Amino acid sequence: MKENSTANVLFWQGNEACAEAAIAAGCRFFAGYPITPSSEIAEHLAKRLPQLGGITIQMEDELASIGAIVGASWAGAKSMTATSGPGFSLMQEGIGYAFMTETPCVIVDVQRAGPSTGQATKCGQGDVMQSRWGTHGDYSAIVLSPNSVQELFTLTIRAFNLAEKYRTPVILLADEITAHMREQVILPPLGTLEIVNRKKPKAGDKAFFGLEEVPPMPCVGEDLNVVVTGSTHDEYGIRVTADPVIHRRLVERLNNKIQGHVDEIADYESYNVEDCQVGIVSYGCTSRSTYEAAESAQKKGVKTGFIRLRTLWPFPVKIIKRMAETAETIIVPEMNLKQLFYEVERAAEGKSRVTPLNKIGGGELLTPEELLTKILEVKNRHD
Amino acid sequence: MTEAFSAQKYLRNIKPPFCAGCGAYTVSNTFLRAVHELGYENLSKFVFCSGIGCSAWIPSPHFIADSVHTLHGRSIPVATGIKLVRPDVNVVVFGGDGDIVGIGLGHFIHAARRNLDILTIMVNNMVYGMTGGQVAPTTPFKTKTTTTPYGSFEYPLDAAKLAVTAGACYVARWTTIHVNEFKESIKKALEMKGFRFIEVISQCPTAFGRRAGFKDAGEMLKWFKENAVSIEQAEKMSDQEASQKIVVGEYPRKMRPTLVETVYNTMKEAQEAED
Repeated sequence: MKENSTANVLFWQGNEACAEAAIAAGCRFFAGYPITPSSEIAEHLAKRLPQLGGITIQMEDELASIGAIVGASWAGAKSMTATSGPGFSLMQEGIGYAFMTETPCVIVDVQRAGPSTGQATKCGQGDVMQSRWGTHGDYSAIVLSPNSVQELFTLTIRAFNLAEKYRTPVILLADEITAHMREQVILPPLGTLEIVNRKKPKAGDKAFFGLEEVPPMPCVGEDLNVVVTGSTHDEYGIRVTADPVIHRRLVERLNNKIQGHVDEIADYESYNVEDCQVGIVSYGCTSRSTYEAAESAQKKGVKTGFIRLRTLWPFPVKIIKRMAETAETIIVPEMNLKQLFYEVERAAEGKSRVTPLNKIGGGELLTPEELLTKILEVKNRHD
Repeated sequence: MTEAFSAQKYLRNIKPPFCAGCGAYTVSNTFLRAVHELGYENLSKFVFCSGIGCSAWIPSPHFIADSVHTLHGRSIPVATGIKLVRPDVNVVVFGGDGDIVGIGLGHFIHAARRNLDILTIMVNNMVYGMTGGQVAPTTPFKTKTTTTPYGSFEYPLDAAKLAVTAGACYVARWTTIHVNEFKESIKKALEMKGFRFIEVISQCPTAFGRRAGFKDAGEMLKWFKENAVSIEQAEKMSDQEASQKIVVGEYPRKMRPTLVETVYNTMKEAQEAED
């Protein structure tokens, strides 16, 4: 470990950075089930959490893992689980329960190539739509997409902060490439990290499930007679399953507390958005090729800009709209068969031609050369 | 005891969802009586967890207490998270047979294996009652249900024996006519640590009894009474004969360190290794 006066510079694996970030964010309970390529998160936390008075437990499956972190959260702990596609599928019921009961927790999905068991050790970005729509019913997801080991650190902390602030499950949608890569991480001095903690009830508060957009969250075991249910409930947590008004009010509030704060939750890096002929919208590992491709294209005289999404959901429509005002074409490179593509196309409202660039299988990243070839191809079409 | 027992003291004024003659009334009442006899003035030292099904409504939202009404089959995993983070609270799971040993069977076995410090009360009505009377993993062989119109062609699971095998420290089975024995079991179990499991065979006249050939709840209770045999008696019977009976009683206790103890000891060891 090398130190300088302001920061620690470390050489970490992505999964290790995620685990350490969870600790820095205040996570003290982890439950998980082994699955490639996420297992290093559980292994690292199994060693580290007990040293800090925390708990890591390996459950019998992913259904139990998410159940345990929901229980831990209601007992007052910041909690997390980590998995990959097949396990993420099993966790969907628990994600819906966490959303409906307004339980802050973090679910890490280190994506691999699916469907089904697919290519267990190879990278993919095929869970983008599942991360948004995986569980049943009307809900909204917060999904973050890191593209480096550094961001596995910073976005894991952000995932906890958003979960605590909005009292909702947050999904960190990582991928095999960034999670297994080793890279430099610059740790900010620990005291400078912004850590958000859930709002606790004041004396006399009873409406733990309503009245305010994000109600205060009590713990069990505090003598507050907390009633938690995944069924439709009133602001006191009492189940009311036949009243259309109560259902509407609850489900609309749960969605609005996320959809009403898109600007605050949306996070992206952008370059030359206001003056580009060709735009690129990318995220996760795929976005790592964007910088070099954009630079090479610029050198060849193509005005190129990019948006690199760190928040996938709620979808940051505004910045895409801005790009569509100038870009003739927007390229959406993905390691799946067009998942975020349609969302970009919808946001562009026909002002730009939106074109996909997809690559699946074998875990091979889209290279800067492949992206550059695409940029030049669409540019030639303009000319 | 200074005060006479009143279940109302522990209950919210919300109409229960149970049918007339349902065994859940007996289970709820017996549990609260046990709590009263142990001297608890209220339920503030308890956290109740339940899943989905009629029995899950026994604590939630009726008990004036913390209650977490979880997904179908997942009460035990949620209870695991609660108990490990808050070892000081008394976590009690209520669930039906479908919830605990149907969809939630894996969690049940693993919680017993881990010796997780919770009391699980499984109300076994031998059927999926809330959904209208479908066959359950506990339905007796040849019994007619809505999904076994010709009689069940499967053999039922012995949940209590399974709990013993998996490592539970305290296991008992009673029926809703064994109110006193059931109450004493609850009291014993609440005073212990580790994984405690009480199965209570309960009547569902609406979704089970009427298709299985019982006229009413009373007839079902009579069936419990006439067919209940002790564990010792059952051991002397052939498997065929015992399978026709309802085996009741307490199984031998198995004392060993509990999950809370092993988790927190490991924490201590990790911290000492660190120093």
